[in-house]
Amino acid sequence: MKYVRQFVIIMLFTFLGEVLKALLPFPVPASIYGLLALLIALETKLLPLASVRDVGEFFVEIMPLTFIPAGVGLLESWGVMKPMLGSLVLTVVVSTILVMAVSGLVTQGVIALRKRRNMDEV
Amino acid sequence: MKDFIQESVFFGVFISLCTYEIGLLLKKKVNFPLFNPLLISIAATIVFLVGFDIDYATYEEGAKYLSYFLTPSTVCLAIPLHQQFEKLKKNWVAILSGILAGCLTSAICVFLFAVVFSYEHKEYVSLLPKSITTAIGMGVSEELNGYVTISVAVIVVTGILGNVIAEMIYKIFHITEPIAKGVALGTSAHAMGTAKALEIGEIEGAMSGLSIAVSGVITVVLAPFFATLI
Repeated sequence: MKYVRQFVIIMLFTFLGEVLKALLPFPVPASIYGLLALLIALETKLLPLASVRDVGEFFVEIMPLTFIPAGVGLLESWGVMKPMLGSLVLTVVVSTILVMAVSGLVTQGVIALRKRRNMDEV
Repeated sequence: MKDFIQESVFFGVFISLCTYEIGLLLKKKVNFPLFNPLLISIAATIVFLVGFDIDYATYEEGAKYLSYFLTPSTVCLAIPLHQQFEKLKKNWVAILSGILAGCLTSAICVFLFAVVFSYEHKEYVSLLPKSITTAIGMGVSEELNGYVTISVAVIVVTGILGNVIAEMIYKIFHITEPIAKGVALGTSAHAMGTAKALEIGEIEGAMSGLSIAVSGVITVVLAPFFATLI
């Protein structure tokens, strides 16, 4: 019955996320509160990894599937987007490329800097 | 037959999953960015719905249970993050700098394009949350009096696009460090990008998952300031 218990624990943390969202005033969705709560439980060893691992990995693996309905839903918002389609596409394409490149390069650069500094110390 | 399919609750979910699986097979055979399972699945499902004349509402009646699992899936990103926690602790300055730089780039880009295309305030603020996860992005758009439907559509398109172009961008800009790859995907393309990052590797997936949360919060703080510019 290990899958049942793991499923229960994951749903408990998902629900806990919902509770935290209702209690706290920040504009953070339930899923992020749930993620943080589960991470804290795992890091403090309050919850052993084995108690959520199999079902948890299943959920992580199927994550892309949960976006299909939202993508298909673009069919519905077609009408709203159509008048500004050209400029929207250009904005989204250029900014997504730049955001990806900048955040990746900055992270990579700072890591390289830290590594070089560590080497100097040694 | 057609009536049955139009009424069926499971047809939509089956078609969504089946086309995704086909996308995975195609991706193995053809290494080309457009052969992306998420993109293929969405496009093929739309074709099916239009072809069989099925309302989106009917499709959603079944497909909403697929979306329902997004929240527990996001919660479970705590598992890869837990497994990579040492890397996170060691590199938190780099990770935070990357995410912050990405959020600023996003806001500045949207501002510049809004000036070029002379968007109205309401249109402009609808685009500000485009790189963050839908749950936070809808809130930001509402808060700033944007068009929430446009925000959601733009967020979804950004996610699909990030998912499709990631590997190409890594090559062009020589991004090779796994942590940087994860931060890049999560910051630019939220949870849909994270789905891709998880495909690439464990470190990438964990860092991308973290970036969803951090970039979401940073954008919540930045967006109201940028909203006053136009």
